[in-house]
Amino acid sequence: MSKKNTVITLLIIALLIIVVPLVLARGAEFGGSDDAGSVMVEELHEGYEPWFTPILETALGGELPGELESLLFCVQTGIGVGIIAFCMGRFVERKKHTKSEEEQYAGN
Amino acid sequence: MLRPKSENPLLDKNGYGNIAKCSGGSFPALRRLEYYKRLRRREKMTKKQKNLVKASIAFSLIFAVVPAANAMHIMEGYLSIQFCIAWGVVSLPFLVAGIFSIQKRVKENRKSLTLLAMAGAFIFVISSLKIPSVTGSCSHMTGTGLGAILFGPAAVSVLGIIVLLFQAILLAHGGLTSLGANTFSMAIAGPLLSYAIFKLCQKIKVDRKISVFLAAALGDIFTYCVTSIQLGLAYPAESGGALASTAKFLGVFAPTQLPLAILEGIVTVLIVMALESYAKPELKSVGYLKGVN
Repeated sequence: MSKKNTVITLLIIALLIIVVPLVLARGAEFGGSDDAGSVMVEELHEGYEPWFTPILETALGGELPGELESLLFCVQTGIGVGIIAFCMGRFVERKKHTKSEEEQYAGN
Repeated sequence: MLRPKSENPLLDKNGYGNIAKCSGGSFPALRRLEYYKRLRRREKMTKKQKNLVKASIAFSLIFAVVPAANAMHIMEGYLSIQFCIAWGVVSLPFLVAGIFSIQKRVKENRKSLTLLAMAGAFIFVISSLKIPSVTGSCSHMTGTGLGAILFGPAAVSVLGIIVLLFQAILLAHGGLTSLGANTFSMAIAGPLLSYAIFKLCQKIKVDRKISVFLAAALGDIFTYCVTSIQLGLAYPAESGGALASTAKFLGVFAPTQLPLAILEGIVTVLIVMALESYAKPELKSVGYLKGVN
């Protein structure tokens, strides 16, 4: 299998892994599994009260609004994607340049 | 943490080819001189580093935290204070070793800094994406496999704690009190297994893409196994104790995480493929590509 085909197949599989659950588990809540963890703790230890609240919640005096939370998650993704794209871009350009230089020398 | 003899950085000659390129490539004597200089510098550094790593290990032992079993996100305030401290102390030697390992890498070859930044950024991206799973709940991947494969588990512990701090402070995801425990599961135990699996696959000559896939996917699953153990230890069930509750937590996390682990494996393979075709010199300098053209 050529490299291109491998990449395309892998991307399709990745997409399927994300989309299939949405279709299969229709109407599910898709809450976080971390929350599922806290539900479990409550089951094991009835009436458990977390002894420490996240500092941001303390500072805001309540939970972070959902929209803001997704904003911050996007910031996190953005930082990461930015760095990866910048570095990858440099690598790709570098390869192009070294290639064209080699061709030049070969031509002389 | 310390590498076995067969992988001694002094013995393999990575970087050798690279110096050749840097210095114009036509002065073999000069190249060799530079190479030996570099070797000596390495030796000096490692002695001091080893002592510090030893000291931090000793520090951990003084606290007498024994959980011999190795240890994703445990919610803020859900671990009792003894466990918070214990996991923090266990993680400490890895972080210290990680800082030194990064320092050493960068000193050896500044090129590896770019890859390190990319490995860190990869964890940032991957761990910020919440993905739906067949069980009807969402979870996210760890992204630590890439770093572990390229830089070894110690360096990833430092990258991982940066992400965990970001999420704990800004997102109320994970937590400052459970930082030690989360660091141990996501940034230490998972990468450690990824690294071991990758090395093992290389040794028995499994195809490189498949070994990357296995390392990343199993490391992801292992992270959640360790989290379950951590929660199980903190909340032993009334009947059956820690073991029974570990199994219960595992029952919550594992089915959700399984497809995501496969996804993580695929994504890691993709980025490794991209790096392999565009960043060969860097991959060689960190010792990922050996004897491959």
